[in-house]
Amino acid sequence: MPAVAGPEIERLIQLLARLPGLGPRSARRAALHLIKKREQLMTPLSAALAVAAEKIQVCRICGNIDTQNPCTVCTDPRRDPSVIVVVADVADLWALERAHAVNARYHVLGGTLSPLDGVGPEDLTIDALVTRAHAADVKEVILALNATVDGQTTAHYITDLLNDADVAVTRLAYGVPVGGELDYLDEGTLAAAIRSRTPV
Amino acid sequence: MEWTDTGIVLGTRRHGEANAILEVLTISHGRHLGMVRGGGGTRLRPVLQPGNTVTVTWRARLDEHLGQYTVEGIDLRAATFLDRAHALYGVTHVAALCRLLPERDPHANVFDALLALVDDLDDPLWFAARLARFELQILSELGFGLDLSECAATGTTEDLIYVSPRSGRAVSRAAAGPWRDKLLPLPAFMTMSDDIEECPDAADVGAAFALTGYFLDRRVLEPRGCPMPDARQSFLASVLGRDPPPCVHR
Repeated sequence: MPAVAGPEIERLIQLLARLPGLGPRSARRAALHLIKKREQLMTPLSAALAVAAEKIQVCRICGNIDTQNPCTVCTDPRRDPSVIVVVADVADLWALERAHAVNARYHVLGGTLSPLDGVGPEDLTIDALVTRAHAADVKEVILALNATVDGQTTAHYITDLLNDADVAVTRLAYGVPVGGELDYLDEGTLAAAIRSRTPV
Repeated sequence: MEWTDTGIVLGTRRHGEANAILEVLTISHGRHLGMVRGGGGTRLRPVLQPGNTVTVTWRARLDEHLGQYTVEGIDLRAATFLDRAHALYGVTHVAALCRLLPERDPHANVFDALLALVDDLDDPLWFAARLARFELQILSELGFGLDLSECAATGTTEDLIYVSPRSGRAVSRAAAGPWRDKLLPLPAFMTMSDDIEECPDAADVGAAFALTGYFLDRRVLEPRGCPMPDARQSFLASVLGRDPPPCVHR
């Protein structure tokens, strides 16, 4: 297809097309929108991107991303330092924070064990977690990992490693999501929900 | 090109945002990969978990193409064993073993053995005994089968309690003599031609894994430059109560 714009605009479209949720066509629309709103949107966006690229760091304690190191979560004195919530990815940390589900500190593993993708224990921050869990003030480690075979294999692996630490290791419940109708749930989820039933 | 087959999910890999590359062990088409549209989504992700039995329809313009799968879940057993460490490690290890088989090469008897294995995960020791026999079967399928039918020295079929690490053949108690320390113990349940009727004890299961592990390592993994799958060690730790798996940077 012949180019309809200069190389700078084509480059912008190519980069936008790499973003999640955007294909070449939607990237072209986004680029056009940015160009039309140059002062209101494009200039502030490019400035924000430049600042973020310069300042964003990975937290040396928990693996979260932030513009300060240690991150805002790790330095927040209102959070319970005796509980560490282990998540696979920063997106999971953000999801739990959106839910206001727990007021604790986090540990981001950077993924889950996956033989097919060649992800082993040495590719994750499991060693740092084990070190943190052995600290005297830590009383509980909550494994908030995906309810998948890879996620739960990682959870059991971490549980094995924390055997000698003086901490309670817990995991999220399996089962019926809020608003879920039994008739529409898959058999596996139903079976897991029955196995994880609790007294009323 | 189009076919439909029954398969057991070995693993998935994300492909872009919404899709996944699915790896299944099928009855007639062996270990086969294909792309699943929407495989990364919430509707299909529970179906594409390792250990689940699925019906897959594979379509491609040419046989050598990756092709696309349409998947329907038949037995979504993965959700039932997420809370059991031995089952998770076992299924992960079994998938790694199946990955040693060449792609698109039918191994119907491996499929049958795998189905029997994942259908009965409840008892850790029972599952482990069957998994050790499955490792033996994988060795055989790869052309490195052990000859456990008769004694390599005397030809007797009785009292076979050792295996020669050099030849991979059984050795009887009488023929072992002064070499017994150099031979690998052979638990009785590994020589049974039919399915196991009584659950062996933990010592026998440990000896069986030492035997299959030796030959898997020397004859299959080492020549390919592959390490023993991590999940195997974790599985043995969960079943036999051995040392916990090593943490690399600990």
